[in-house]
Amino acid sequence: MDLKTSYMGLNLSNPLVPGASPLTADVESCKQLEDAGAAALVLPSLFQEQIMHESEELSRRMLEGTESFPEALTYFPNFEEGFIGPESYLEHIRKVKEAVDIPVIASLNGITTGGWVDYSQLMVQAGADAIELNIYFLATGTEMTSGAIETIYSSILQETKLAMKKPIAVKIGPYFSALANMAKRLDDDGADAIVLFNRFYQPDIDLETLEVKPDLVMSTQYANRTSLRWIAILRGQIGASLAASQGIHTHEDVLKMIMAGADITQMTGSLLTNGNSYLSTVLENLTRWMEEKEYESLEQMKGCLCMKSVADPAAFERANYMKTLYSW
Amino acid sequence: MSSASNVVTIEGNEAAARVAYKVSEVIAIYPITPSSGMGEMADEWAANDLPNIWGTVPLVAEMQSEGGAAGAVHGSLQTGALTTTFTASQGLLLMLPNMFKIAGELTSAVFHVSARSVSAQALSIFGDHSDVMAARSTGWGLLASASIQEIHDLALIATAATLEARIPFIHFFDGFRSSHEVMKINEIDDETIRGMIDNEMVRAHKARALSPDNPVMRGTAQNPDVFFQARETVNPYYAACPGIVQNAMDRFSELTGRSYHLFDYVGPEDADRVIVIMASGAETVEETVHYLNETADEKVGVLKVRLFRPFSMEHFTAALPSTVKKISVLDRTKEPGSLGEPLYQDIVTAIVQGFSTGIVPFSEMPVITGGRYGLSSKEFTPAMVKSIFDEMTNDTPKNNFTVGIHDDLSGSSLEWDHSFSTEPDDVFRGLFYGLGADGTVGANKNSIKIIGEETDNFAQGYFVYDSKKAGSTTVSHLRFGKNPIHSTYLIDKANFIAIHQEQFFEKFEPLAKAVPGAILLINTTKPIDQVWDSLPRTTQEQVIEKGIDVWAIDAYEVAKANKMGARINTIMQTCFFAISGILPREEAIQKIKNTIKKTYGLKGEAVVEQNYAAVDNTLVNLHQVEVGDTVTSTLERKPIVPDHAPEFVKNVTAEIIAGRGDDLPTSLLPADGTYPLSTTRWEKRNIAMEVPVWDTEVCIQCNKCVMLCPHATIRAKVYDPKHLEGAPETFKSTPVTGRGFPEGWLYTLQVAVEDCTGCGVCVDICPAKNKAEPKLKAVNMEPQQPIREAEAANWEHFLGIDDYDRTALKTHLVKESQLLEPLFEFSGACAGCGETPYVKLLTQLFGDRTIIANATGCSSIWGGNLPTTPYAANKQGRGPAWSNSLFEDNAEFGFGMRLANDKQNEYAKELVSRLEAEIGQELADEILNADQSDETGIDAQRKRIAKVKEILAGSASSTATQLLTVADYLVKRSIWIVGGDGWAYDIGYGGLDHVLASGRNVNVLVLDTEVYSNTGGQASKATPRGAVAKFAAAGKPLPKKDLGMISMTYGNIYVAQVAMGANDTQCLKAFLEADAYPGPALIIAYSHCIAHGVDMTTGMTHQKAAVNSGHWPLYRYDPILREQDKNPFQLDSKAPSIPFEEYAYKETRFKVLTKTKPERAKMLLKEAQEDVDRKWESYEKLAGVVAKKEED
Repeated sequence: MDLKTSYMGLNLSNPLVPGASPLTADVESCKQLEDAGAAALVLPSLFQEQIMHESEELSRRMLEGTESFPEALTYFPNFEEGFIGPESYLEHIRKVKEAVDIPVIASLNGITTGGWVDYSQLMVQAGADAIELNIYFLATGTEMTSGAIETIYSSILQETKLAMKKPIAVKIGPYFSALANMAKRLDDDGADAIVLFNRFYQPDIDLETLEVKPDLVMSTQYANRTSLRWIAILRGQIGASLAASQGIHTHEDVLKMIMAGADITQMTGSLLTNGNSYLSTVLENLTRWMEEKEYESLEQMKGCLCMKSVADPAAFERANYMKTLYSW
Repeated sequence: MSSASNVVTIEGNEAAARVAYKVSEVIAIYPITPSSGMGEMADEWAANDLPNIWGTVPLVAEMQSEGGAAGAVHGSLQTGALTTTFTASQGLLLMLPNMFKIAGELTSAVFHVSARSVSAQALSIFGDHSDVMAARSTGWGLLASASIQEIHDLALIATAATLEARIPFIHFFDGFRSSHEVMKINEIDDETIRGMIDNEMVRAHKARALSPDNPVMRGTAQNPDVFFQARETVNPYYAACPGIVQNAMDRFSELTGRSYHLFDYVGPEDADRVIVIMASGAETVEETVHYLNETADEKVGVLKVRLFRPFSMEHFTAALPSTVKKISVLDRTKEPGSLGEPLYQDIVTAIVQGFSTGIVPFSEMPVITGGRYGLSSKEFTPAMVKSIFDEMTNDTPKNNFTVGIHDDLSGSSLEWDHSFSTEPDDVFRGLFYGLGADGTVGANKNSIKIIGEETDNFAQGYFVYDSKKAGSTTVSHLRFGKNPIHSTYLIDKANFIAIHQEQFFEKFEPLAKAVPGAILLINTTKPIDQVWDSLPRTTQEQVIEKGIDVWAIDAYEVAKANKMGARINTIMQTCFFAISGILPREEAIQKIKNTIKKTYGLKGEAVVEQNYAAVDNTLVNLHQVEVGDTVTSTLERKPIVPDHAPEFVKNVTAEIIAGRGDDLPTSLLPADGTYPLSTTRWEKRNIAMEVPVWDTEVCIQCNKCVMLCPHATIRAKVYDPKHLEGAPETFKSTPVTGRGFPEGWLYTLQVAVEDCTGCGVCVDICPAKNKAEPKLKAVNMEPQQPIREAEAANWEHFLGIDDYDRTALKTHLVKESQLLEPLFEFSGACAGCGETPYVKLLTQLFGDRTIIANATGCSSIWGGNLPTTPYAANKQGRGPAWSNSLFEDNAEFGFGMRLANDKQNEYAKELVSRLEAEIGQELADEILNADQSDETGIDAQRKRIAKVKEILAGSASSTATQLLTVADYLVKRSIWIVGGDGWAYDIGYGGLDHVLASGRNVNVLVLDTEVYSNTGGQASKATPRGAVAKFAAAGKPLPKKDLGMISMTYGNIYVAQVAMGANDTQCLKAFLEADAYPGPALIIAYSHCIAHGVDMTTGMTHQKAAVNSGHWPLYRYDPILREQDKNPFQLDSKAPSIPFEEYAYKETRFKVLTKTKPERAKMLLKEAQEDVDRKWESYEKLAGVVAKKEED
């Protein structure tokens, strides 16, 4: 079965790509995923904020109490090598590249323009075949407008694009007033792919401690419906590749996403739950289903049920409540 | 300074260590102030694979004590490796037995010693020669260095000489004054070192090594027939040694241009008076000699002794001018009862012998006097040198004198003119007053590097710290000039003064040391137009009188804007360069930025960027203050202590607090080192920016904050409402809750805001939350300044309220135990210290009948360092009696206390029996059979003893007198042996094991911080696997020793492992059970520490992670239970619920390894998890949990 797909210029053997997660944080795990049939890998995100925070925090803690008391002018050895920076991440890219033959996509969450650009360049220098920009802004300030937020996304992409030749994907969340317009804008700004959607930690309240605790709940299959909808809507409207993320658990989810118009599907939760080898099960099931249904290739079905292609395009536009009513 | 050489700006320790490392194959180390830095550097260089001159990386091994290090050195030397170590003070004394052997076996070796006081009436970490002088009889050569350059050079000369001479050398220099002075010097390159080290001699050293290929015996036992003769066989080696050393000096001179002699004379050829001195004091004498000869037309000189032993009479006499009439020999040590100190005695002997044999150049026997100076880094200034030269002009100059103190007891001291100064005008002399926490010292060290290494100026820096670990003040003394700097004394006349904290103006007059026309830089929160008026009256007077330029900046505001917290170092450094004119402003700023990159680059770009931004934002915020023509201020400084303080506190303690301790005469100081308790309460340090404030509505009166407060600054009382009478208006109280308290009584939680460190532990651990606003708790941090006065009055009122009756409290409950008065308060420990809460608890429970033997370490410093000490007496005058013997012998020290108490208790009982008739049978029986297992029983026994004393008061019988002498021993006493893990796991372990095995009723409290905290975080055997520490820069590769498990194997030792922050009730139980257990008891207490790199505010809650991860299981092993047919081992914590990683990676000591050596970190983390799993499994088995599970 020809499962080949093209994703932001990368020619992949199939549409199954493990997404940014702990799965790809370990070289051995990356090799297992390749063996299980992964067509590419997205490495975990490098968070510039985390590096900055670690830098500040380690500096503060290593300096605390120093030069105060004559018997203990410091409390830690002097380290002669640089250690707070993206080095360990870059080293990981290098090691994964050495270990696998499939394309490796590095993922980045920056907080300064310089950070996005510099780190992207460093990632490419370390061997990344493409960069996934994991952009996330929660506009909590009342003075921040949606327009301003969209401009930030746009400029991060533009700046990064200017600085490098490798393909760039932008991973976004679903919370845009005019998501199609935003996607078009990113497309115009040079995005080679758009990943739909990011999955965020959500706050919870602990009733015992009266504290707010961020939490990440594994996606359920139902969580892929938003992605499904927007991939179907965007397919054909923009030139950038589309990646489906969130709630991809079975070969059926993959099929649906491809039919809606995705070029690849990013799996994380299901692999974390079932193990790396589960990817080969999905791949086998996908192949078997396509054989049973007598498809010739993945390309054949790609986008066949996108909004432009379906008989009832409004189905993607309706709210669920309305659909339910009509169903009834 | 040679342009070809590499100029470096380093401190004395580094100057020695750089050479020692390069010429060694094996280095055995152990931490001791002030030499620890040398070992730390050697360990770091080895961890970074820095090779020695033969291209191989020396093997650096930490030992369990200096005795162990000396043994390892001896073994290594005997087996052919070039070997060294670094030490000082008591450490050197522990090495003495091996040193006799090493010298007796004619073994080439050099020990580098930062000479330090040996403990006598007190411990002191500071510098003098009492340690090296105690090693005179070992047969080692003694080579003294006077400056940082000399330390670097003589370290090499000593090594070259020992290889040829086969006499081992102590190369020493003054602790702190030289070991910690930063100075610009020429670094010796490897080529020069190779030029000095004769490889033939190295081969000869190795050829003498023990080898099974060429076996010999060395170290035999000898009898009276030959020992004596054999001992004399070494004489030719000692005779040849001085010549060999001089040859090495000459060879060094050829290679570097720097010339040294065994005795270097400086002064006119026709000098009539000469001072003989060695080490750093020689520099000050040299500076004074030049000044006096040039300005006062005197003919005085100084003879600097470099090679003290073997003493060369020939070289000594040749160095002295023949015109000398009077010689004064200065010793930086004291030998009580001697006719004079060691150098004096040798000089007298040399001149007398020389005179009698005619080899001295004098026609008449000169007058020779001896004096002591500079003990424990006491200042030694040109004014003092002048007073010695002046004294020598007398016909009969004072002998056996002291200089630098006021000895009104024996009249030994020479007076000196405080206004005399030799400091040249062209030397920049800056004094910078800062806090440890604000980074002042670090910034100044950077400034010295900039000026020393990037300009032609000579540069010197010396830093003075106080003895508190929280809120400590630092004073940086910086000199820069076009000529070499010989001023080995503090700056007394400054042309630049920086006050980095405005509250210093409240404490002392900083401009007293300013010269006319000086510059004053102030960090102040006051708007620029209010700065002048905010200065105290005396400061304004000084500014006007001396024409001082005043500059001001709100550095905190700039720091805050750049997310730098309290660290204003870069900002103040920028101000310094901007207004001092040492470098052109733009150039200076660029250099500061370069240094920032070097200093902080390793910590990441965020920190570098913050500092860059701070530099850029500084200059716009720096303003010159408009100085008024007249004094407008009425601000006066408060007295150091109030008038109602005890006399000793007013006369002595307050003077030390005020920084005038140097002026205290001998008559005011205790002769035997005995000091009163309860002195910290007089030192209102006011170091907290924010303090906890009690919310009566939210508080649940659990008293957890009282228990966990490391500083005893938050306390609770339950009391009769009558005590509200006369209370200040802002005094808070609320009805007490909980069963058992009298109806209508009140509860107050009071904070001593002037003593609080602002650590925030109380807020962090407070379990009560404001329901309407959960971010608020029952205590919340608020700015101290606005409430200081009111809360100080509230505190005074609170202290006056009666404590709750001890005998009526259920002390096994946390809440009620915390109504017991702490007899340990306001220590100088780090803010948020993890150790002090345990000691405070100990004093609450047993303090009124406790004697504490305290090992040297953090607990002896925050517990016993002047000026003020935290142990306190209660209203009855009872409290913990405390003493520190040594680092290594603390268990034995406490054991001796137990023996003395047991014997005298036994004797007192015998006397009670003998005096049954006088005392009355009933009372005697009650005394002899008293149940003292609780507070009521102890109180009853005290009353009985009082009655006995009353009955026997008038008795003339000697038996009665004897009983009155020992009657107090009839009350149960609790002996506590307290120390850290460095003591318990390492240096004191042998003694601890013996004492625990003795069966005697001693209680041991190990404050386990898992490193040598007091000396800056060196690894001990308590350090867990994977943690980074000094001496384990690459992460400790082996697991922590299980001291508890080892001790449990005896079966009759009570053992508990506790973590107060994780389980306060279990901790409380353990203390009570340990005290009640009639045999040896050991409590191992998890103590989070600043050396872990944890947030000290959340240190107590973090202890839960230590327990939940299984790193620190809680348990109690109580042998009493076995007698009841129960399992003595009780596991008090649950099976690990979080991985070790989750605990460890919240701490910098573990986390940092993931940044420096990620692969190794991963490996060690895995192994550490296995350690935890294995340990837990064995504990479960011991507790019978596994058996129980199987049964189920």
